[in-house]
Amino acid sequence: MSLRVPVTDQDHIQGNPNAKCTLVEYGDYECPHCGHAHPIVKRIQKHFGKKLRFVFRNFPLAQMHPHAESAAETAEFAGAHGKFWEMHDGLFENQQELGGSLYLKLAGQLKLSPEKWRTAMDSREFLPRVKDDFTGGVRSGVNGTPTFFINGKRHDASFEYEDLLAAIDSTIKS
Amino acid sequence: MSTILSAGTPAPDFSLHVTPDQKLSLKELRGRPVVLAFYPADWSPVCGDQMALYNEILSEFHKSGAELLGISVDGSWCHEAFAKDRRLHFPLLADFEPKGAVAKAYGAYRQEDGYCERALFVIDKNGVIAWSYISPVAVNPGADGILDALESLPK
Repeated sequence: MSLRVPVTDQDHIQGNPNAKCTLVEYGDYECPHCGHAHPIVKRIQKHFGKKLRFVFRNFPLAQMHPHAESAAETAEFAGAHGKFWEMHDGLFENQQELGGSLYLKLAGQLKLSPEKWRTAMDSREFLPRVKDDFTGGVRSGVNGTPTFFINGKRHDASFEYEDLLAAIDSTIKS
Repeated sequence: MSTILSAGTPAPDFSLHVTPDQKLSLKELRGRPVVLAFYPADWSPVCGDQMALYNEILSEFHKSGAELLGISVDGSWCHEAFAKDRRLHFPLLADFEPKGAVAKAYGAYRQEDGYCERALFVIDKNGVIAWSYISPVAVNPGADGILDALESLPK
């Protein structure tokens, strides 16, 4: 199973753009497993440093998670103002409180305009982007959240720290 | 793993409960493609399980004019509770009595466990299997194969 939508500069990318290894996560801000994976990914990034770049794409299971889509739209809104990763972290770190008041609080901390946020949410400005991520994920074989791809290949094993680390390590060495 | 019916085989007809007081038969859907998704059981404990995933991408299936049917050996009352809890927007068929008879006809029954395989069938508008796939029971097969198969159907 492999990634059909290549990583481009339209993606949210963290780390060295020329890294030998790319880790792509399809995730949902309301999914508890993604919440669990969040600090693991941070540790993985720290471990590999310049050898790894990380890409996050939206895969909100909106029927199951009522706040997943609004959280993804809020992250994309922040992204349009250069604050994607700050919002991304804030959402995962406060996963239990997803909803309008958290989004406004985080927007405030990031000096983003609450009025612009509200307009974007009301007009669903960022929903097409979120849906595109989702559809691309489905076509690449994303079957739940989180789903990771390591250099384009779906990682079907566990995403606990040691397992993800070993998988990335062997990709870098191959 | 079981040997499931393959492409080119006419899809065995069935008539199963879709609610406690309503039945649905495959031949009623003749004229449009049908996605038949066998799965082991309702109430799978994971996020983004197979049925939940299909629920999210229903609009993609509908773009091809296809009808999605989930099917397991759970009874219609169980399906009703499950569909309500997960807010599923497509029918779940109860292959309940005689247990697993339809799954057996498609080669998608796990005799040793007493439930269905994770097996997918795309049936064309003439009632012939156009594509089928069986996944290890612990692996959610996703939807990419179904979408590819729907796109390759003759228009």
